[in-house]
Amino acid sequence: MHRFANPNQFLRIANPLLPWVAWLAVLSIGAGLYLGLFQAPPDYQQGETVRIMYVHVPAAWMALFCYASMAIASAMALIWRHPLGFLIAKASAPVGACFTVICLATGSLWGKPMWGTWWEWDARMTSVLILFFLYVGYMALVDAFDDATRGQRAASILALVGAVNLPIIKFSVEWWNTLHQPASVIRLDGPTIHSSMLWPLLLMIIGFTAFYLAILVVRTRSEIAAAKIRNIRLGQVHG
Amino acid sequence: MSATSTGRTPATRKKKRLYAVLAGLTMLGVAAALVLTAFEDNIVFFYSPTDITQKDLRPGQTVRLGGLVEADSVKKADDGVTTEFVITDTNKTISVRYAGLLPDLFREGQGVVTQGTLGSDGIFLASEVLAKHDENYMPKEVADALKKSGNWKETEK
Repeated sequence: MHRFANPNQFLRIANPLLPWVAWLAVLSIGAGLYLGLFQAPPDYQQGETVRIMYVHVPAAWMALFCYASMAIASAMALIWRHPLGFLIAKASAPVGACFTVICLATGSLWGKPMWGTWWEWDARMTSVLILFFLYVGYMALVDAFDDATRGQRAASILALVGAVNLPIIKFSVEWWNTLHQPASVIRLDGPTIHSSMLWPLLLMIIGFTAFYLAILVVRTRSEIAAAKIRNIRLGQVHG
Repeated sequence: MSATSTGRTPATRKKKRLYAVLAGLTMLGVAAALVLTAFEDNIVFFYSPTDITQKDLRPGQTVRLGGLVEADSVKKADDGVTTEFVITDTNKTISVRYAGLLPDLFREGQGVVTQGTLGSDGIFLASEVLAKHDENYMPKEVADALKKSGNWKETEK
């Protein structure tokens, strides 16, 4: 693990990986959208509205996944002083924030016809909204200092503190009475979702994850370049 | 690797930071757990009929009541807008009266969450009714087949 914390080592592995994950993302999202929106059967109760799930659930999963990667990268950066960890966390934040917005927006669109409301302050929805604010707070904090390393450290601590929210989001539907339904895919007694609907959903999850990895490589690469330029400039000023 | 070659101090510092982060996260987790348990009553989105009967509600206090709509309990009043139905958690039941549009998913055997006040006659006057969806997703044919073969299980508490 520590070996890849070297930016050059990271690029040597990430660069060849990029076209693969990019194509995987395009193909899985394409196939997942086609299967989910056109081929999958309508639900016995929700009818065609169930198709919102094929975007909503993967987006929600990615909102959590991006934050978990951000928290782990921040911990690596804080504990072992791997600067790459800061860069990966910084590169992940806007991607995760976008997924969270997609999750909240599609959930709201689903909620109006199904529940009869756009928004309710139940535990699941509120905790996901807090997740969105954590992303925004991270992005604001990381660039709020003149000294880049101070901003990175403050933001990393925020990312770690916010990680407490992740299990709350996941288990909110089990710990408390919520309007949101309990988990359908990851649960102890197996998925409660019919296989004809589960496969397009899994394809979309794979596609969204590959998309995140592809974007992460591109964004981390530019963060590394920006850090190098900053160091060169600093060298010129002090030299 | 490089840490061991340059002496012991960097390694112990890393260890110290690791323990500090782990200890911090543990304490934060405990704190969050305590706060969430303390506020449990405010975090739950609705009360079940059993909860409601155990609670001392002020007269006119607005609460949310949730549960399953009992089978064969939905009655339309003569005015055409008022609906009466019974909410059950299979343990206790409460009658609900609601005047207004019901959501699409509202039907007998389905989970609902209503907001309103408990009248002195024991009837819950709802000002809002939300349908609750369960975690089961399946095509219509599968649902019909399950019902026919008798393997249909009612979910939701």
